[in-house]
Amino acid sequence: MSEMTDKTLCEIRDGVAKGEFTAVEVATSFNAAVAEAGALNAFIVATPEAALDAAQKVDAARAAGQPLGKLAGVPIGMKDLFATRDVQTSAASKILAGFKPQYESTVSQKLWDAGAGLLGKLNLDQFAMGSSNESSAFGPVVSPWRRAGEDKALTPGGSSGGSSAAVAARLCPAATGTDTGGSIRQPAAFTGTTGIKPTYGRCSRWGIVAFASSLDQAGPMARNVADCAVMLEAMAGFDEKDATSLDLPVPEWAANLNADLRGKKVGIPKEYRLDGLNADVAKAWEQGIAWLKDAGAEVVDISLPHTQYALATYYIIAPAEASSNLARYDGVRYGLRELPDGANLQEMYAATRAAGFGDEVKRRILIGTYVLSAGYYDAYYTKAQKVRALIARDFEEAFKQVDVILTPTAPTSAYALGEKSNPIDMYLGDVFSVPPSLAGLPAMSVPAGLDAGGLPLGLQIVGRPFDEQGVLNAGLAIEQRAQFAAKPEKWW
Amino acid sequence: MSNYRIQGATGEWEVVIGLEVHAQITTQAKLFSGSATAFGAEPNSQVSLVDAAMPGMLPVPNAECIRQAVRTGLAIKAQINKYSRFDRKNYFYADLPQGYQISQLYHPIVGEGELLISLDDKNPDADTKVIGIERIHVEQDAGKLMHDQHPTMSYVDLNRSGVALMEIVSRPDMRSPAEAGAYLAKLRSILRYVGSCDGNMDQGSMRADVNVSVRRPGDEFGTRTETKNVNSVRFVMAVVESEAKRQVALIEDGGQVVQETRLYDPDRNETRSMRSKEDAHDYRYFPDPDLLPLVLEDGFIEECRASLPELPDAKRARYVGELGLSAYNAGVLTAEVETARWFEALLAATAKAQGKGEADVAKQASNWLLSEFFGALNKLSKDLHSSPIGPEAAAELLALVGNGTISGTIAKQVLEKMFETGDGAGVIVEREGLKQTNDTGAIEAAIADILAKNADKVEQYKGGKEALFGFFVGQTMKAMQGKANPQIINELLKKALA
Repeated sequence: MSEMTDKTLCEIRDGVAKGEFTAVEVATSFNAAVAEAGALNAFIVATPEAALDAAQKVDAARAAGQPLGKLAGVPIGMKDLFATRDVQTSAASKILAGFKPQYESTVSQKLWDAGAGLLGKLNLDQFAMGSSNESSAFGPVVSPWRRAGEDKALTPGGSSGGSSAAVAARLCPAATGTDTGGSIRQPAAFTGTTGIKPTYGRCSRWGIVAFASSLDQAGPMARNVADCAVMLEAMAGFDEKDATSLDLPVPEWAANLNADLRGKKVGIPKEYRLDGLNADVAKAWEQGIAWLKDAGAEVVDISLPHTQYALATYYIIAPAEASSNLARYDGVRYGLRELPDGANLQEMYAATRAAGFGDEVKRRILIGTYVLSAGYYDAYYTKAQKVRALIARDFEEAFKQVDVILTPTAPTSAYALGEKSNPIDMYLGDVFSVPPSLAGLPAMSVPAGLDAGGLPLGLQIVGRPFDEQGVLNAGLAIEQRAQFAAKPEKWW
Repeated sequence: MSNYRIQGATGEWEVVIGLEVHAQITTQAKLFSGSATAFGAEPNSQVSLVDAAMPGMLPVPNAECIRQAVRTGLAIKAQINKYSRFDRKNYFYADLPQGYQISQLYHPIVGEGELLISLDDKNPDADTKVIGIERIHVEQDAGKLMHDQHPTMSYVDLNRSGVALMEIVSRPDMRSPAEAGAYLAKLRSILRYVGSCDGNMDQGSMRADVNVSVRRPGDEFGTRTETKNVNSVRFVMAVVESEAKRQVALIEDGGQVVQETRLYDPDRNETRSMRSKEDAHDYRYFPDPDLLPLVLEDGFIEECRASLPELPDAKRARYVGELGLSAYNAGVLTAEVETARWFEALLAATAKAQGKGEADVAKQASNWLLSEFFGALNKLSKDLHSSPIGPEAAAELLALVGNGTISGTIAKQVLEKMFETGDGAGVIVEREGLKQTNDTGAIEAAIADILAKNADKVEQYKGGKEALFGFFVGQTMKAMQGKANPQIINELLKKALA
């Protein structure tokens, strides 16, 4: 059945629709792949029955001649940040261990409504805070990729590392991710997969465990651009339960995919040419520029002058919001409660949160609490908001000249688990992905090729607000020319 | 307007008062969730996933709450801020599921406004004073801890969690307990007119944080204390008085007032310290990233303005100017919106029943309502809300007096019967034979009889003791069983005694 798990989302959907195979056959194959892949630690919870149940419904609907949804027969992995009814939703934190919501997130419900099935809940950095998946309370996901000639365990990226690893290892044809400062794009780049973070507000945040509300966006991760387009159509849409949701119709991105970029302008921001940028990454970027020219686009040098302040800005705003968003995990109503003998309320809070949150989460709560404190608020939070506006304006100015912007997704390829012990080193890995997040822009990562060590590299395409189509089209142009066919050799 | 002074051992002290009033907005649903808001429901029966702050839940503003806040702002002549924003006030407590309260610190929805108070609404000559209102902002209420459910644990009731409140912040413009009381009463009256808050202070729909400081008259403001959650006009006045006296005594003893939060104990009529400034939380306010800024369109504000009812000050002026009522009556009739509504319904029905203009029957209706009807309700321990008699039925009774069918005296009896039986005034008058008689023959006969029996008094009357006229009227009325037209009695008596 290995052939089945090699199929893409669109191939599975079309095959089921045509009756070439049944949805149950598909689900069974992927359930088996998930069951064999314990060594990757990509799933926190596997739900083979849920996948089969959804598949049976699709097969029955097809047999009855009923119309099939956009994702009928496609089993997917769900990042464990999305609330799934009666299935543990942990955010990879001990503080939510055992928590089974009575509700379904808007995005996951839309996916089920489109005919998708749940293979399981995917591992991630705890509360989506991290870039390597090492902050998960359930242990890190191990990338299916290995550097040529080595067997050191590598990071699948983060925070959507379970999603990227599972898609790369063919444990699921597609997965949901969430992206706050690069959590879809960087893991996609590290694993040779494709992922898009749409414009802020495209996908409802209702039912997604919040990290930084003004930045969090859900998006699809899959094997190619078309699969992402199809899945994003199913995920997106206005939701009256989310006050920041965009009240816009969902375009037909998949039907309008077009890799012909004649008449389009692509911006190359000079500030992203960092001193000492990894040579393989620089080479991939140059290659990407050449591909887009080949597709007919005109390449233009642009400036995004406030880029250098983006990381500092992000690491003030995101922790500030997180420090408040995570206050609800207090041991009172759900999740973990640590109640030492004779403890009062304050002591219960302290014990619960000390035991329940991991180090990275605590670090960000502390940073966020600090920057919002009386006497520091203006110097940090207010200033960061002002810089955020300047960064957004940089992009606005740039998009007066160009249609999309091309950059590397991350400054390096995947590194070994345990290699980055200093959090600041880890934060620096978000340097290219954070600015578009601060501006709320659609951005995606597509595989560009392999570095000298045989590890995938990704290119990032950033578009105007609401122009996911432009981003997907440029991504498709690269995909068609990169012909990325490498896949990790199975060792698990 | 007030020269209220506290006489200390070292001289006179002036008290400075500001009130922060929390008023629950009258809506079916909470500020950011669809949950119901009824008072007195079973614990935790009105709690949504949002109110319980389940993971991934998001607030969505309830447009009706915004509308009511804007209407309230317009009613106090305040600036409506077209751009406002919600902020999070962060602190941990078991009754606060989110770990933060959504409020408006930096950009409140309503800015500067004012309220006109009078120390005595019923006295047209009483001084009035304008009290500044700094702002109104909208925020969530917290839940409630219950300490009496278990020997060692506290329980949490989240029914109130997320209920919409307006916080109405006055300027420190009040200078006496009476002014503070008048301000709160007037504010409550306006909120009830507007319909944005039911003003039920005993149910917690309205409560005040009372800021009090003292100073030598004319000096700079002193250090203030804030007494939390005071839930009646009377208690607010008591807090001002006891807290000001405490501060004066403290200062005169060489101490200093500490900026702190205090609680009022009505049983002992004193305030006590709750927490000092040093223990104050750092609330880490910041804009709530789950909510977009609130931007109001001109059209929306104008709709809110158009929806406002006539407010008490305007109504009182109209009652005096157009209806010719006394300032006293106008003040009493307009103080409570229910009274004014009842009166206006009575007025309309009375004018219709008697085929006259409202101004022609306004005095009759208002006098009867305030003296006869309120008195009768009072005896039965009822109020307008629980009155078994409505304005239409009352108008029928007044019409019978107006057209001379019954006298005012008989009307009192009829009203009692109406309360007893629920029957209409006309039915009662007919059944009990209470119609006033204009039969001059019968009255003349009664007068002749009375004068004959009281020849001595007739002598005295004729000798100059004119006060005896009333005696003859009373005797005649008694003989006529109260049903004689008093004017005819007067005329015939005068003739007979001439």
